[in-house]
Amino acid sequence: MSDDVLWTAVVVASIGCYLLKLAGMSVPAAWVEQPWVARIVDFVPAALLAALVAVQGLTSDDRIVVDGRLAGLAVAALALALRAPFIVVIALAGATGAGVHLLAG
Amino acid sequence: MSAPARSRTLRDAVGLGLAVGFYGIAFGAASDAAGLDVWQTMTLSLLMFSGASQFALVGVIGAGGSAPAAVGSALLLGTRNTVYGVRMAPLLAPRTVLGRAGAAHWVIDESTAMAVAAPGRELGRLAFWATGGTIYLGWNAMTLVGALGASGLGGAAEAALDAVVPAAFLALLWPRLTAAGSTEPRAQRRVTLGGAVVALALTPFVPVGVQVIAAVVAVALAGRPRTAERPA
Repeated sequence: MSDDVLWTAVVVASIGCYLLKLAGMSVPAAWVEQPWVARIVDFVPAALLAALVAVQGLTSDDRIVVDGRLAGLAVAALALALRAPFIVVIALAGATGAGVHLLAG
Repeated sequence: MSAPARSRTLRDAVGLGLAVGFYGIAFGAASDAAGLDVWQTMTLSLLMFSGASQFALVGVIGAGGSAPAAVGSALLLGTRNTVYGVRMAPLLAPRTVLGRAGAAHWVIDESTAMAVAAPGRELGRLAFWATGGTIYLGWNAMTLVGALGASGLGGAAEAALDAVVPAAFLALLWPRLTAAGSTEPRAQRRVTLGGAVVALALTPFVPVGVQVIAAVVAVALAGRPRTAERPA
C-alpha cells in the first residue's frame, strides 16, 4: 500500500470514527434505541473482534497458517481466564511468539 | 456533591485512565509493525482515539488488506461509540456546538462506563471528563513510546509483535463473553464463534480484510430475526 493510500485510510477512518461519536451526541435517542439497532450494535463488536482474532492469529494472505501466534493466543486465553491484566496478557503472548520463533529457528 | 464522593470518583477515573492509557504502548508497537510511520500512528491516537478501531485498522493493513477493508473494520467497531453518545448526550448536556464537538471526541468505552457507573449526574460528568482526559493523555504518550520503541527490532521481536495483535483483540473480546462484562454472555459466545468461523472459512476466497467485514455482516443478519421475537 502506497504512503498516500495509507494516509488517506488513516485520515478517512479517523474522521469517520469521530463523526460516529458526534452522531450519537446529536441524533434523537429514539433513532438509535430501536431494539434491532441496539441488538446489532451490541453484537457487532464481538463478531468483529472474533473475526480479527481468527484472521490475525491463524491466517497469512489467503492461507490458514499455524505458527507462534496461535501459541501466543493460547497463552493469552489462559492468562485472561486467570484474570491477568491486559498488559500482562499482551506481554505473555509476545514472549510466547518470540519463544516459538527462536525455537523454530 | 460531597467532597469525599468527588475525590473518590476522581481517583477511580484517573486510576482507570492511567491503566488504560498504558495499553497505548501495545498499539504504538502494533502500528509500527503493520508498516505505519510514527506520524500516521500518532494521527490515529490523536484523531481516531478509539482503541479497538485503531487496532482493527492497523491489523487489517498489517495483514496485507486493502485500505477500504481496513477503514470499514475501524468504522464498524466505531459504531458502538454512537450508542454511547446517545447515552452520554443527556448526561453531559453540552450547551454549545463546540462543547458537543469536544465532548464527542472522548466518548469511548471507558469514559462512558465510568460516567454511567457514577452515582448522580454531577459525579457522572466528572467521571466522564476525568476518565476521558486521563486516557487521552496517557494513550497518546504511550502510543508514541510504543511506536518509537518498536522501530528497528529483530526477527524475534517481530514474531513477538505478530503474536501481540491477535492477543490484544482476544483481550478486548474476553470481557464480552463473561457474565461480568455482558448481559447475554451466551449469545455473545455464539456470535464470537460465528464471526471466527465465517472469517476463517472465507479467508481463501476473498481479499484480505474483506472476510472480517463479511463475517460481521453475516452474523448481524443472522442475529436480526430473533430480535423481533424477543420482548424488549
